[in-house]
Amino acid sequence: MAEVARRNGLKWLLAALSLAALVLTACGGSSLGPASETGQASESGAGGGAAGGKTMTIAYKDDLATLDPAIGYDWTNWPAEKMVFDALLDYDDTTNLVPGLAESMPEVSPDATTWTFHLRKGVKFQNGREVTADDVAYTITRVLDPKTKSPGSGFYTGIEGAQDFIDGKASSVSGIQVLDKYTIRFKLSSPDVTFGNKMALNFAFVVPKEEVQKWGDDFGHHPVGTGPFILKEWTPGQRLVFEKNPNYFKPGVPKLDQVVIRVGVEPSVALLQLEKGEIDMMGDPIPTAELARVLNDPAWKDRITRAPQVSTIYIAINTRVKPFTDVRVRQALNMAIDKERIIKLLGGQGTVANQILPPLMPGYDKDYQGYPYDPERAKQLLKEAGYPNGFETTMECLDVDPQPKLCESFQQDLAKIGIKLNIKTLEAGTVIADAGTEGKVPLVWSGGLAWIQDYPDPDDFYSPILGCGSAVPGGWNWAWYCNKEIDAKAKQAVGMTDREARLQVYKEIFRKLMDEAVWVPVYNGQYIIAHSEKLVGGVDDFAHPEHTIRYENLDKK
Amino acid sequence: MATYLVRRLLMALTVIAGISVVTFAMIYFLPTDPARMYAGPNASVEAVARIRHQMGLDQPLWVQYGRYVERVLQGDLGYSYKLQMPVTQAILSRLPYTLELIFAAIFVELALGVPLGVLAALRKNTWVDGLSTLAALVGVSSPPFWLGLLFLYVFAFKLGWFPLGGAGGLSHLILPALTAGLGGVGWYARMARSSTLNVLDADYVRTARAKGLPGWIVVVRHVVRNALNPIVTMAGQDIPWFVGGVVVVEMVFGWPGIGRMAVEAILMDDVPLIMGTVTFTAVLVVLSSILVDVVQALLDPRIRLNA
Repeated sequence: MAEVARRNGLKWLLAALSLAALVLTACGGSSLGPASETGQASESGAGGGAAGGKTMTIAYKDDLATLDPAIGYDWTNWPAEKMVFDALLDYDDTTNLVPGLAESMPEVSPDATTWTFHLRKGVKFQNGREVTADDVAYTITRVLDPKTKSPGSGFYTGIEGAQDFIDGKASSVSGIQVLDKYTIRFKLSSPDVTFGNKMALNFAFVVPKEEVQKWGDDFGHHPVGTGPFILKEWTPGQRLVFEKNPNYFKPGVPKLDQVVIRVGVEPSVALLQLEKGEIDMMGDPIPTAELARVLNDPAWKDRITRAPQVSTIYIAINTRVKPFTDVRVRQALNMAIDKERIIKLLGGQGTVANQILPPLMPGYDKDYQGYPYDPERAKQLLKEAGYPNGFETTMECLDVDPQPKLCESFQQDLAKIGIKLNIKTLEAGTVIADAGTEGKVPLVWSGGLAWIQDYPDPDDFYSPILGCGSAVPGGWNWAWYCNKEIDAKAKQAVGMTDREARLQVYKEIFRKLMDEAVWVPVYNGQYIIAHSEKLVGGVDDFAHPEHTIRYENLDKK
Repeated sequence: MATYLVRRLLMALTVIAGISVVTFAMIYFLPTDPARMYAGPNASVEAVARIRHQMGLDQPLWVQYGRYVERVLQGDLGYSYKLQMPVTQAILSRLPYTLELIFAAIFVELALGVPLGVLAALRKNTWVDGLSTLAALVGVSSPPFWLGLLFLYVFAFKLGWFPLGGAGGLSHLILPALTAGLGGVGWYARMARSSTLNVLDADYVRTARAKGLPGWIVVVRHVVRNALNPIVTMAGQDIPWFVGGVVVVEMVFGWPGIGRMAVEAILMDDVPLIMGTVTFTAVLVVLSSILVDVVQALLDPRIRLNA
């Protein structure tokens, strides 16, 4: 009897203890996490404007990975990096280059192989040290160093001696020459008029060597640059807090005192947070399911900013897969797609495209009409090509809303001209890998995966996605189209310093590509940005063609 | 007991090693290219090739796996491509949040499920019983993603009682815990009901009643405490289940746990982070199932753990 009692007592004790543990964990839970109350306090405290400061809060679904400008390469971290860093060159409100950390535009030799930059004097990194030409040399050399694993190294391999440095045959890049404390010269192995654009990319954001060496791999979480904001706090998976850099070299900016980036917020929840006034802007697009409601609500009039995106969303037609080896079949596809319906399905987040270059891109051909929507003519072309009864083929699409819906629309369009389209919806990594494998996929819908420019120059829409050099395994030329004649022309154009003549060459190139019907350009993207009416700024501050968001110019009422 | 434990631990090691081999091979044979996913769409083919080489992804499978094992044995789970930090650090910084959510969810299941079940048993075949069955059914059949959004809309957006997602104090925890836990309330209620019914028929309860003890004392002292045994086991088994089960809840509420991180890792083809989270979760599941067996044996003298 006593034995039983003791056992029962033990059992009770255990049950009580485990329950108590549960209660304690549940109640005192917050103390477990490293985020703790500090982050919370700083956000709400600033939001309340206790110190008279203006705070802007923006929410993203995806986590921000790094603020190391040599590493980060997506649309979440590029604008965030721009807060902390500057490059030698920058852009005005549109797509024209202007001096940034350079005091003037570079001196360029007539053959566009020698670029000399003069630095602005007295600009200081956020650690107080002055920026010199050595820092610029270090920055570009670091991007080229294979150990850095920079996705942007390809932009700078045209500098003399870059390949030897990459291959380990030289300890420095011979074409990068520091002439004095404030002057640096780049010698290129072949003419390249786009080098100025490359020196305005995030990869060319100037970093201080001592901070990179101090933090090593972790520099991306402890970034130090010259930019308008200083990173104050970073709680991975939750939020980043930036504060105004009082010593920023550009007068009058930034206007905000603090920027808070929340991460891990589902867009549908972010929309609720915005309506509730918890955040000032959504970093992601408004969910398609909510779009109609928001756009039709008069209360939202001042909370929506629309801006064109420098992108073309297209169907890549694999020119090496039958029957798309026949240009008539590719042209038929171009006439069979009802693009207006796609814009409707997108809730107006785009405009119909008739050519490869988007309207904001220099070289865009205003006079070009493109292929009309004409299913009858398309049928006729298929007949001429020897497919009077059509054929069966496959398209790969991203499995994220609204892409599958759009692909179903293509399916209906093609059914009208007798083509039976099988749709494969897959996650991004698989579509990208399949599309980059020769002969694997007949058609690829680029929606959600599309090419968004690196810099506003038509070459960025040719070499990396339609040039022979990118029609290789793992490349981005999903049409697998390689035309030696066009390629030679494009190579020549990269070295042409006469801008007008150069753009004329690109017009010819892209018309020829449309004659060859290697893509069906479907639409040009449009940002529909949701933000609070208190957040003010120009359209180009909410959606700049190059930087996306320009935080330094945004202000709060 | 000691022999039993040693044997179970050895088996656990085999299971974990097996899982790591299978996961590694699966990632290797996927058509996706981790170097391309790391570098982004606009990186040049040559830049991607250089990165692939630096990451050692151009080596044969067995070399890559060998290097991985070598590192893991030295306690290094690698460096996440996507998060740009050591995998161990990433996991440890997120683990407390996931555990917090799991324990809170189990607390919700117990606090709501057990009283509901006991009440249903005591009022068997009345409207109370019917209501509890209905509540259980609703809880089980509500998808967490939908339920989470509904809670956020009603209690955070409309009523403003709770914050709209994120992690922080207790107020941040309540809605996600309810979302994760409500689905299980039904199971606990059914379990508590049947186990209470079993106990109600037991001789010692009849004896207690015959002694003339008041009804509520019989229920608290004799019925509930004996009916709890299977419930404790169930709660233990819930921990490994929830490691996967809270993923959706973490996504909806922006809860910075391991689940959300693992999903992002898989989408980004972040090999070290996928390996790290999968292996770590495997360890967690295996260890907690051993723990449940041991606790069960301690609680119930009829269970013997044989080596």
